Amino acid sequence: MHYVIAGAGPAAIAAAEHLRELDASAQVTLIGAQAQPPYSRMAIPYFLTGKVSEEGTYLRRSQDHYEAHGLNLIHGEVTAVDPKGRSVTLGDGQKIKYDKLLLATGAEPIIPPVSGMEDPRVQQCWHLEDAERIIELAKPGARAVQVGAGFIGCIILESWVLREVNLTVVEMGPRMVPRMLGEKAGGLLQSWCEAKGVTVHTNTQVKAIESTPDELQVVLENGETCPADVVIVSTGVKPRLHYLEGCDIDIDQGIVVDAHMQTNQPDVYAAGDCAQGLDFSTGETAVHAVQPTATEHGRIAAANMVGNNNLPYKGSLNMNILDTLGLVTCSFGAWEGVAGGDSAEMYNPDNHQYVNLQFKDDVLVGANSVGYHEHLGVLRGLIETQIPLGEWKDRLKDNPVNLVEAYQGVNQAALQNG
Amino acid sequence: MSWTGNVLRVNLSAGTCTTEPTNMEWAHDYMGQRGLATKYLVEETDPKVDPLSPDNKMIFATGPLTGTIAPTSGRWSVVCKGPLTGAIACSNSGGFFGAELKNAGWDMVIFEGKSDSPVYLDITNDQAELKDASDLWGKSVWETETALRDRRGDPDVRVASIGLAGENGALYAAVVNDMDRAAGRSGVGAVMGSKHLKAVVVRGTVGVKVADPMALMKTSNAAKEILAENAVTGEGLPTHGTQVLMNVINEVGALPTRNGHDVQFDGAHDISAEAMAEVRESDGQANLVSNHACFGCPISCARRSKIDPTHFTVKDKPQYQHVSGGLEYEAAWALGAANGINDLEALTYANFVCNEQGLDPISLGATIGAAMDLYKEGAITQEDTGGVALEFGNTEAFVAMVEATARGEGFGKEIGQGSKRLCEKYGHPELSMTVKGQEFPAYDPRGIQGMGLTYATSNRGACHLRSYTVASEVLGIPEKTDPLVTDGKAGLVKAFQDATAAVDSSGTCVFTTFALSGEDIAPMVDAACEGDWSLERFVEVGERIWNMERQYNIAAGFTAADDNLPERLLKDAAKTGPAEGHVNRLDEMLPEYYELRGWDTSGVPTSETLSRLGL
Amino acid sequence: MHKALVMEVDACTGCHQCELMCSYGKVGAFNTAKSVMDITIYDGGAINVPSTCTQCQEAWCMVVCPVQAITVNPATGAKEVSAEACVGCKVCTIACPFGAINYDPDSGVVTKCDLCGGEPMCVEACPTTALAYVAEDSTGYDKMRRSATLAAGLEA
Repeated sequence: MHYVIAGAGPAAIAAAEHLRELDASAQVTLIGAQAQPPYSRMAIPYFLTGKVSEEGTYLRRSQDHYEAHGLNLIHGEVTAVDPKGRSVTLGDGQKIKYDKLLLATGAEPIIPPVSGMEDPRVQQCWHLEDAERIIELAKPGARAVQVGAGFIGCIILESWVLREVNLTVVEMGPRMVPRMLGEKAGGLLQSWCEAKGVTVHTNTQVKAIESTPDELQVVLENGETCPADVVIVSTGVKPRLHYLEGCDIDIDQGIVVDAHMQTNQPDVYAAGDCAQGLDFSTGETAVHAVQPTATEHGRIAAANMVGNNNLPYKGSLNMNILDTLGLVTCSFGAWEGVAGGDSAEMYNPDNHQYVNLQFKDDVLVGANSVGYHEHLGVLRGLIETQIPLGEWKDRLKDNPVNLVEAYQGVNQAALQNG
Repeated sequence: MSWTGNVLRVNLSAGTCTTEPTNMEWAHDYMGQRGLATKYLVEETDPKVDPLSPDNKMIFATGPLTGTIAPTSGRWSVVCKGPLTGAIACSNSGGFFGAELKNAGWDMVIFEGKSDSPVYLDITNDQAELKDASDLWGKSVWETETALRDRRGDPDVRVASIGLAGENGALYAAVVNDMDRAAGRSGVGAVMGSKHLKAVVVRGTVGVKVADPMALMKTSNAAKEILAENAVTGEGLPTHGTQVLMNVINEVGALPTRNGHDVQFDGAHDISAEAMAEVRESDGQANLVSNHACFGCPISCARRSKIDPTHFTVKDKPQYQHVSGGLEYEAAWALGAANGINDLEALTYANFVCNEQGLDPISLGATIGAAMDLYKEGAITQEDTGGVALEFGNTEAFVAMVEATARGEGFGKEIGQGSKRLCEKYGHPELSMTVKGQEFPAYDPRGIQGMGLTYATSNRGACHLRSYTVASEVLGIPEKTDPLVTDGKAGLVKAFQDATAAVDSSGTCVFTTFALSGEDIAPMVDAACEGDWSLERFVEVGERIWNMERQYNIAAGFTAADDNLPERLLKDAAKTGPAEGHVNRLDEMLPEYYELRGWDTSGVPTSETLSRLGL
Repeated sequence: MHKALVMEVDACTGCHQCELMCSYGKVGAFNTAKSVMDITIYDGGAINVPSTCTQCQEAWCMVVCPVQAITVNPATGAKEVSAEACVGCKVCTIACPFGAINYDPDSGVVTKCDLCGGEPMCVEACPTTALAYVAEDSTGYDKMRRSATLAAGLEA
């Protein structure tokens, strides 16, 4: 059986390794578009701060990892898929036949339709090469404008501040990380950044980037102009799908998959940032583009590829954690709440602390937190097990900070009730 | 190492927090906690200072073993001049606050001056700040601790605070940490209140380092094994708590009952450890829910109790219907036997109130007992008590007095001044069961002779914890002595006093000494601290501390005349039990004690003694 | 067969000796804030619940780690964090449904129970029978696994 995986990111590698675990005789081919060994975009911010070397961003630590596991890693870019002919075409024209195919081609940055983006002092922060170029541009004292305060933007922000760059952040949404944090949480993050010397503009977009030999002028829709030596664009990502044109694979926001991670085409599966899979919280499909979803997708897809769709997936829980200049924020599931739901909140702006819990009846369905970094995983445990909180819900409403107490409490109660 | 090397000085008048290095010369001579803090107090204040004036200082102190792996490493002390006694006050507490303070990097916090308005001290590691506590003033310990934990948004913070009693200047107000552990005696809470300091909240993540961790683990493990195998620390205390003593001491005939009229209480069993574990008819539950450990403690003697929700004291009062700190022996005795009350639920309620509002249950119970005696004598009437028939054994009257004292209302204000002032005010000083103004605890010196000398010579006023000769005279630790004999008790008291002073300065709990001797404890100090901490040095530090405290008291105006016991113990013989016919024969012990101490016949340390101890 | 760390709630007195010893093993100082064994206290200590990583089969933390900083120690079955490899992204801390792997801002990496290489110091420190390190087929382990299943029924 020949399994081909288009991509070499976290979903792809998780799938490949799981395929190997489940089927010792399988032939597994990974097709990676990057020149480097498979690396983690999540590690790039730490490469930027100098915490890790380039090798430290690699998904697997040993050089012969793939070979040792019998995984055939080839360099190339998939340019077309032929589900009927069971083959993929690479950029150099090479065709690779498959028995089962996993599309794990990840995401790519969204480039805002703004003039001046082509200036070499305007940088994405997506590939390792981008990071290397940014390191050269972001000299101490340099003026940097970061366009976008989303997931990636908020993590890489630290690397500019550590480099003693004068930083201005421009976010088109009403607050920082609007897709992950509510109003209060986003506000706390903004005031935290401002207290650390970062200028933050929300509710405005970049209209144009004007270049002179000495500097860039970032013109905002709110009328302000920010002079800059370097502009970093992190305005979000979208699934990388252009190679699927005309091959009858169902695409919505991403590649639509069923509970077995299979696309509408037999034996073609999708996983990770390019896949629109089941969402645990809504029962609908969604593109999460986060690491936990990617690795879970990869493993579930692999299991179904080997087991002929015998492992239905209950969906992934969207979750995120950011550390922005030392302030940890996180979100889980339906953090915006559900219809007919209930919530608990603790808001302490003096300490930059916030906890918001969302309930459906006495089950936790979502959460936001700011300023906490310990035992956050119990939120996942409580949400995914859908364990009734009983009396603990009221206690959490009194003080949502006592999460661990509630978590252990419901578990102990469940244990005692057998 | 082991000491953090940092002292936090908080000037409440100026509103400042400053850091200074710990005086390591003093640390080597006085170890830590009780000894070191007292040394600072001696050096920095006038012994004649008014205890409730801004010129008195109050020191929160940890010991070198506090926060380490050494068993019972949760101890900390509050040291100041005591308002109840006018003597040195050192109140020792357990729980978790002390270890947290040490883990935040502090050997001590010295509070001086007085804030204009209520404040609390907020500590996170090396960051310390005074913050407004106007909204907390008037709140109980429980409300304050909960409010501060919520305000900090961190479930792991630890809080020490005062309740209404400390705010109102009740002279035996306690500083309470972790909801129900207390630096209970001598009125340290009143000093805190006089400074307008409501609370200290602390979070520590720095870590405690010791000189030789491997050696400390080895010596600690050896000590833990001894504690586990010992009948008292391995079984009696974990199972029954200190309440294991109620029936034992009653049988010995040394349970002071009805303000010392009797030495045995017919209701002793009803308020004993055994009774706490019995299932109640009313709700099918026992008073005792479980035992609980302070930080680092393998003994786990603390009690968690739940009051019968149908009991008149807590009916319709949900704040008392949850599980909270249950009765210890001293509290059960003082609130119960001393007043002739055998209602376990009422005593537990009174104990909860003491924790909630920050009162020493020993002094509270004993003072109510004295008031009942005054009432019996006709020296006070219902006109004084606000219509309460303050008779021995009247549970409702007792509960009313507890509540009034906690809130500083009506006759409770008088009770809050302690037994000595109360009895003097109403013309019967002989009815006050106190020494140096502090109510004596749960051992009648007529039935346990050594405890008479213990009370008489205790530097903080009558106290069992300064030399717990009960261990020897009743429990046979380290060897059995006859409780009715005075022979050898002077030496026993001195040895216990010195050893206890050392243990109280180490950061560990004196309860370990049921099982451990200096030979077990000194090696732990030696492993944790730099320098050679031999057994001899350990004991010598204890003796040095004892003499330093004595010197302080002499300078404060105390004389040999204050090394005395209430007349009742010296003249009225025990009426029942093994001690029937006995009074306490303090006069047979005191001169020998002075001599053994190297003090002159007036109880003043001789110059040779002082120079031998480097004082 | 690997041994497992078994926790008996009823026997725990909340003394924190385990946390003290654990923190020493982790950071070389007595510092319960750095312990990866945690006691949750109820009713002021009437009930004390010790908890740490169950070294679960699913190993969400290990699977989700983007840089393979978490690996299995074949001798003990423990999932161990390499402080050198960990970049501090914290994604494992939200992926673990037990909340048993946590970020330490002082070191910049995550920490979790590693069974001390097969001689758990917390067990050595425990003065009661609350903590034991026993063969996985013991009753206590079944009980704990049941708890783990309840807490994290993530089976797809």
